[in-house]
Amino acid sequence: MNRINEKFAHLKSNGQKALITFITAGDPDAETTVKAIKGMEEAGADIVEIGIPYSDPLADGPTIQESSMRALKNGIKIPIIMEMVKKARQMSEVPLVFLAYYNSIFKYGVEKFLEESSKAGIDGIIIPDLPIEERSEISNLMNKNGIILIPLVAPTSRERIRAIVENADGFVYCVSVNGVTGAREKIGTDLKSYMNTVAHFTNVPRALGFGISSASMIKEVKDYCEGVIVGSAIINAMTRFQDRGEMLENLKAFVSELKNGLSEVKI
Amino acid sequence: MKGRFGRFGGQYVPETLMNALIELEEEFDNAMKDEEFLKTYRYYLKEYDGRPTPLYYAENLTKTLGGAKIYLKREDLNHTGAHKINNVLGQILLAKRMGKKRVIAETGAGQHGVATATGAAKFGMECEIFMGEEDIQRQSLNVFKMKLLGAQVTPVKTGTKTLKDAVNEAIRNWVSNVDTTFYIMGSVVGPHPYPTMVRNFQRVIGDEAKLQILEKEGRLPDYIMACVGGGSNSMGIFYPFIEDRDVQLIGVEAGGMGIESGKHAATFYGGSTGVLHGMMTYILQNEEGQILPVYSISAGLDYPGVGPEHAYLKESGRAKYVYATDKEALDAFIALSKIEGIIPALESAHAIAYAMKIAPQLDKDKIIIVNLSGRGDKDVDIVSKFMGVSL
Repeated sequence: MNRINEKFAHLKSNGQKALITFITAGDPDAETTVKAIKGMEEAGADIVEIGIPYSDPLADGPTIQESSMRALKNGIKIPIIMEMVKKARQMSEVPLVFLAYYNSIFKYGVEKFLEESSKAGIDGIIIPDLPIEERSEISNLMNKNGIILIPLVAPTSRERIRAIVENADGFVYCVSVNGVTGAREKIGTDLKSYMNTVAHFTNVPRALGFGISSASMIKEVKDYCEGVIVGSAIINAMTRFQDRGEMLENLKAFVSELKNGLSEVKI
Repeated sequence: MKGRFGRFGGQYVPETLMNALIELEEEFDNAMKDEEFLKTYRYYLKEYDGRPTPLYYAENLTKTLGGAKIYLKREDLNHTGAHKINNVLGQILLAKRMGKKRVIAETGAGQHGVATATGAAKFGMECEIFMGEEDIQRQSLNVFKMKLLGAQVTPVKTGTKTLKDAVNEAIRNWVSNVDTTFYIMGSVVGPHPYPTMVRNFQRVIGDEAKLQILEKEGRLPDYIMACVGGGSNSMGIFYPFIEDRDVQLIGVEAGGMGIESGKHAATFYGGSTGVLHGMMTYILQNEEGQILPVYSISAGLDYPGVGPEHAYLKESGRAKYVYATDKEALDAFIALSKIEGIIPALESAHAIAYAMKIAPQLDKDKIIIVNLSGRGDKDVDIVSKFMGVSL
């Protein structure tokens, strides 16, 4: 069984929800990324999303754009990222999901990318610029490698949701707002009706992402989903420190704060 | 396959935009069958834009070069000074039809930005233009014009701070405001239906040129040349001639400081298949798919991708793609000004440069049409600097 499905099954049996945290591979450096993956797991992250830095990240706001630029300046390349994943995988069984723009995968070679990802210990892939219309180029090759292609739905998807989540596996990435990634103060979307629509068409866990930046926001949205995804706020928590030790400590403290927000029972 | 030109094209965009693209495609298809819409579009092309533009026999240039007969399709005479307005009028009427009140656009040289700001002023729409910081410096005259026309010009500070990043930022803004905003894309690039839609709104160039050359020469030309950045003016003039197999279609890319220098924007020289701005096409990228910085003296050609239909025409062999360097374009810029009294846009000067190169080698009974896509007023600053003249 894929680690993502195992994780959600386990959480469900304990009446819990998933905390999914994002980190850019190679920002601030490869070694810190590996430590951060392990550290986030220890602090309560249930699934870790590893961003493959890309020069033109269309779906990302300034925080992740800048993080990607820093990683690229560090000379981060896909083979190095695969090595990072291998190292992280030796230390941890936390489900690992790549977030990659399609051109990164396409240019590297779809088959090669999937094979290497699978060998390194990747469990799923999120491709923010690959709608269902273009999915066939990659989806046929997914099963062979035991990797799950995580589908994305958005508040604008409406009648498309049914087709998007058909045969979904792992989790459904529910984009919370019309917009790009980035820490926000609040989510304007009518989450109740949106998330109900998703649940109407699939039993696969729903993870809500984009804009979720704090434990208090998690408390507000967690009833609508089976998992929350935090990205830019994680990067912000890391970049507050230059010293790698302090950076990792602060990261762990922030992740455990998020986890508390998720675990807290509403009275 | 829908939205594909061979293996090129497609819709590689965030899910948030998919319904907007589907809606746009439906609206566009309906509009193209709606006689009332087409009548309105043609009305504004004629009365507001000033079409048809002349197909001018460049007698002096022809004689100076001593070879093939050269005609210039005078898109520089359009309202706002370039072909961009043809497309803007089409898209803004579509935006109006869809009940949108706000339009956004990217711009490189500023021509598309000015055209969009013009359309927005005319049709009473809110307008925001995204422009790379670098280009804002290079094209201050156009920035001023856009502001004068009532548009907000937002500097783009990410990445290379040029056209590519302006497109990224416009798409991001569209994702955030998809319910209220119409994105007027300026070239035959982006996700389906944009490449098809923009080509259809630009084909008027080729449709007119065909009638005009038949009237003047009683036959079709041997060559059509046009510059290619994203490729809208070239696609517009090529398209009506695609089935006329004897007409050679030649796209001229920006060779910058020369291909070997690495400082160029000639996508078909050193580019490879990839995905950029929602389309699969030829792009200038490294081995890991990171988009490479590109360079050209002309901000309008400074783009690391090319329209997917061009990629298809290139692969199928129907069109040929060459390049002209900065130096060649500058020489052509000066030559056309001196010989014909026409100051071309630096973009268009690339096409002129190639025509000047091959016309002398051709017989006098051969005919070349060069698409003079825009006028050069906006470029006199840059050119004077290269000539060492301070204004």
